[in-house]
Amino acid sequence: MIDNFTLISVALGAGLLAMPAVADSQLTFSVDRHFNEKSGEDLYHAICQDCHMSQAQGAQGAGTYPALTENPKLAAAAYPIFMVANGLGGMPSFKAYLDDDQIATVVNYVRGNFGNHYPDVVSALDVKEISHR
Amino acid sequence: MRDATGMSRRNLLGWIGKTAGLAAMYQAMDSLAFAAESNYDASFSLSGAPKGAKVLVLGAGLAGMTAAFELRKAGYEVKVLEYNNKAGGRCWTLRGGDNYIELGGAIQNCNFDKDLYLNPGPWRIPYHHHAVLSYCKRFGVKLEPFVQVNYNALLHSSKAFGGKPQSIRAVQADYQGHIAELLGKCVNQHALDQAISLEDREKLLESLRAWGALDRGDTYTKSLESSLRRGFSVDAGGGLMPIAEHSEVMDRKALIDSGLWKYLIDGQSYEFQPSIFQPVGGMDMIAQAFAQQVGDVILYNARVTRIQQDKNGVKVTWTNTKGSVDSQTETADWCVCTLPLSILSQIPTDVSAPMKAAIRSVPYAASVKVGLQFKRRFWEEDEHIYGGISYTDLPIAKISYPSTGYSNIGKGVLLGAYAWGPNAYEFTAMSPEERVRKSVEYGSQIHKQYAQEFDNGIAVSWHRVPWTNGCYGLWSEETRALHYNTLCQIDGRIVLAGEHASYIPAWQEGAILSALDAIKRLHSHIVSSQSNI
Repeated sequence: MIDNFTLISVALGAGLLAMPAVADSQLTFSVDRHFNEKSGEDLYHAICQDCHMSQAQGAQGAGTYPALTENPKLAAAAYPIFMVANGLGGMPSFKAYLDDDQIATVVNYVRGNFGNHYPDVVSALDVKEISHR
Repeated sequence: MRDATGMSRRNLLGWIGKTAGLAAMYQAMDSLAFAAESNYDASFSLSGAPKGAKVLVLGAGLAGMTAAFELRKAGYEVKVLEYNNKAGGRCWTLRGGDNYIELGGAIQNCNFDKDLYLNPGPWRIPYHHHAVLSYCKRFGVKLEPFVQVNYNALLHSSKAFGGKPQSIRAVQADYQGHIAELLGKCVNQHALDQAISLEDREKLLESLRAWGALDRGDTYTKSLESSLRRGFSVDAGGGLMPIAEHSEVMDRKALIDSGLWKYLIDGQSYEFQPSIFQPVGGMDMIAQAFAQQVGDVILYNARVTRIQQDKNGVKVTWTNTKGSVDSQTETADWCVCTLPLSILSQIPTDVSAPMKAAIRSVPYAASVKVGLQFKRRFWEEDEHIYGGISYTDLPIAKISYPSTGYSNIGKGVLLGAYAWGPNAYEFTAMSPEERVRKSVEYGSQIHKQYAQEFDNGIAVSWHRVPWTNGCYGLWSEETRALHYNTLCQIDGRIVLAGEHASYIPAWQEGAILSALDAIKRLHSHIVSSQSNI
């Protein structure tokens, strides 16, 4: 019998150790219960990588964190905007902790990285239509 | 939810939002969401299950095991599927020798000494969590006091008093004393003449002197009265030892500006008031006690992949995480599903559309706990802090000292970080080693012994926990109004239970009460649908 989960986990763990996307030392802490990170890369690696992982590869345990790599669900920008602003399923809403600019920035980052090449760029105004604030 | 003044929770939150800003409102929401009390019925017992009726329980946390225990007593044939290789779910304790693999693959080996532990999830049981306490009593789980409030623990702000921590004792005494003095001035300067009668003004002044430890001039200042609350700069001794000296009180403006007063209410809130308990030896003593009752019907290492039902029964597909990848199935007449909604929302499940929407409506909170082992119990030896919690504005938020093993020689483990909100996400983004390193780094600002005495640590970020994908179900007032009742309905042959199906989210009491309520309704539904045939 093979311990599939452990094997996969160990392989992933080893991979991450060998190839960190952002070194731990670059990660910082925010003050005043609002994320202070500004760039898409910093926001991704402070928040999104908690679940979607550092290379956006996702993870699987009892449930799944979907990979964001080459993810066709990102084609319509409204979808990731909605997910970040409002949350759905187990995913939390980040409206309380991110302003519309930050949501636009991180959505653009994910849609332009990890094998995603969506050319359209969203703005805070696009986010506002969904965040309703 | 309404308080005694008739102000609704919504109005209250709106008011907080307007006056103190959004961040304060969300903080208040976090607290208010927890404020419901238990409705445990100590005489709970089901009986008269139809002959041969089988119930499949998904998840062997406290909700699942409560359901299994009570349903079996009622005469049902019960089986439980559990993802982990042990029972308990979030009722979990990490000890030396344990290893823990989080999502993403990072492996941590717990190197704590014998008898030392971290409860990564629930860690305390309020006296009014009657259901948890009742099962503990019934199953022989030994309890001991959890020290929630320690007057000699510390309050720390990196922006106040030059970053020097203050004792809770001094902050409590000085805050109360200064407020009493100010209010006394209002009375004496006739500011309250319109509001209260002359006789009542005298009574109020009398109470303020007592409550605030004011001196004879109605001022809060360095005095015997204030030192009897905040402590002495030189304590009383025996024989020819130095005589006691009164301590200086903090400056009123500096204290109010510091914001340290906001931590005082934590231990005064209903859910944390003493008496509050912990199981001797770790929270999972409760899980182990339940498993002794129902362990024989739990199938471990079972990852549920599909939940089907029709008019004849339920069929659950699962794979063995330690064995063949081939799917297996388990059938039953009924199903009690206690999987966290963060997991269940991803499993194809035959339920109604409104139930599906309800299952997908609850996000799961971020939370991080870090356990740190030190070479000696310096908080007791050097600082006379025995149990309790220190609070800080640093990302670690809290340091909690063990409420057990006082004055033991040797190593000790404390809770070195307990983060929520943005900082919890940021901790989670780090490797476990970095979470531990940061906890030691920040904690050093409160206890200078950290650097010298640190031994090893372990960090649990709840969004990385493979069997929950988050800490607890984060309902809002809006999602509750839209989905909560649906979520708690019996959907065909399936009913959900767990802390997410309760008004006591994140607490074990919520999990158990939810299970009791679900199986009570399920049982009467089963019995009544039988008699209708």
